[in-house]
Amino acid sequence: MHPGPAERSRADLFAPRRPSERIIGSVLMACALISIFVTVGIVLVLAVQSMGFFREVSLAKFLGEREWTPLFANAHFGVWPLVCGTLVTSAIAILFALPLGLLAAIYLSEFATDRTRRVLKPLLEVLAGIPTVVYGYFALTFVSPLLQKVVPGMGTFNALSAGLVMGVMIIPIIASLSEDAIYAVPPSLREGAFALGAGKLRTVLKVVVPAAFSGIAASVLLGVSRAIGETMIVAVAAGQQPQFTFDPRQAIQTMTAYIVQVSKGDTPTGTLAYHTIFAVGLSLFVMTLVINVFAHRLKQRVLKGAG
Amino acid sequence: MSAIPAPTVPQPAQADNALTGKVRGAGAERAFRALCWIALILPLLLLAVLLASTVRDGMPRLTWDFLTSYPSRKPELAGFLPAIVGSLWLMGLTAVIAIPLGLGAAIYLEEYARPGKLTSLIELNISNLAGVPSIIYALLGLELFVRIMSMGRSILAGAATLALLLLPMVIMASREALRTVPRSLREAAYALGGDKWASIRQVVLPMSLPGVLTGIILSLARAIGETAPLLTIGAVTYLAFVPSSPTSAFTAMPIQAFNWISRPQKGFQVDAAAGIVVLLVLMLLMNGVAIWLRARLQRRINW
Repeated sequence: MHPGPAERSRADLFAPRRPSERIIGSVLMACALISIFVTVGIVLVLAVQSMGFFREVSLAKFLGEREWTPLFANAHFGVWPLVCGTLVTSAIAILFALPLGLLAAIYLSEFATDRTRRVLKPLLEVLAGIPTVVYGYFALTFVSPLLQKVVPGMGTFNALSAGLVMGVMIIPIIASLSEDAIYAVPPSLREGAFALGAGKLRTVLKVVVPAAFSGIAASVLLGVSRAIGETMIVAVAAGQQPQFTFDPRQAIQTMTAYIVQVSKGDTPTGTLAYHTIFAVGLSLFVMTLVINVFAHRLKQRVLKGAG
Repeated sequence: MSAIPAPTVPQPAQADNALTGKVRGAGAERAFRALCWIALILPLLLLAVLLASTVRDGMPRLTWDFLTSYPSRKPELAGFLPAIVGSLWLMGLTAVIAIPLGLGAAIYLEEYARPGKLTSLIELNISNLAGVPSIIYALLGLELFVRIMSMGRSILAGAATLALLLLPMVIMASREALRTVPRSLREAAYALGGDKWASIRQVVLPMSLPGVLTGIILSLARAIGETAPLLTIGAVTYLAFVPSSPTSAFTAMPIQAFNWISRPQKGFQVDAAAGIVVLLVLMLLMNGVAIWLRARLQRRINW
């Protein structure tokens, strides 16, 4: 039974009128649901394959040992050397990218003219779009030889050049998101500071930046997450030696670089070596997920504050 | 680390505007401003150095022969052809998979979804997926497409993996574009008796086309440089033929470049630089097309 026009409520006005409308609606919904299946797929694949790993290697060994030599005859499965390599390169990247990115953001939002901003911001974002294998090439053939001339004991493959170049890649992420956060600080706060006799510098450092703090923190967290998950720069320039060291001159191996190294070698399915990449992948996924969730919360706080 | 830059000499305070000038610390402000400017220019200079040094390194191999021949054990004979063709295949197939799914999801979220638990779950999920490292997608693709769906180490498996990787980006860009179409145009379509799908197909989609296309091309330009997922899925690094079907074994531009970088011989470094130049040119070309398209199509629309 079809209701007459008078009986149609306001909500019904946009309700499907032809049966094909319903089909179209469900097809589109299925497309949106794919994203959920992707997440479920990732979690399932990582969990199931990691179980294969943890059936043979205890969690205590995975988290307790300090050596990672899964492909040797005398195999050790302590994940810490990989985590350590990941953290060292990421820390270098952030220590390099944070000051530059933040200062660039302050310049773009507080000092630059509209025209300068319109030219420089997209130019800066080109940096984030350059394929990471190109950055790897740059680190290995340009930055490492340069560092070898300056720093004694620097290897051809080292954590420092990979970390620095990764920092260059991350600068646009920090600069762009921090700029949004700084830009969202209401002008009334700046005007209040000026009215109290503060100069521009004091206003920026003591009022604007603290007010934008949660947005800036979110941008840094997203930068960290990108650094931890970044693969090709470290695979090319940081070496492939899992070492428990915090010396940035040494060759190390990150979690991502290990996954690439093993999967590239056409490891047969079902072997322990095949399972290790999923166990490492699961650890990596958990680390980045935790950071991303925190960053997302901080960003939400900015949006609420601005609206 | 050789020299510490000389500290900027504080300038006498100068009023550059009536409110903020002539206050204490104007010299410090100038110094800070200069520091910020350097922070912005330094990465851009590095970008320039990166591009210049790569072009300089690759110059000797940037010939027509390089573009049209197959890889070789001898660096001076090695060519880029299978990698270029492989990348084009991947782009095409990735687009075929990612565009309908991404656009469909965007239309659903913008036009059909009612606010509620499911919708916010999907939205949260998409923003989380955007932050998942690409190597994790590689593990998903390796298990799901290569093993379970037994596509093998083929172009199709690589493209499917890239498509999932791009999906969040395509969805977010398309939603932005759909959102720019004014509500009044949808209402006009309804007033003319159109139903929901008709209004979307005949009014909303054509109107948002420049934005949608720009977003899609930009994400495909990202995909052309993705290396880690393809390497893990099993792109080969030595291919003596041009891939001819979606089930062929494949290589791609960044994979070939990575392979050359990892070789000890000096000559292959030159090949790598030349390959990278080709990759960057294609990528920048796609970015340029996206920008041109947006400018061109936007001019035609007058609300």
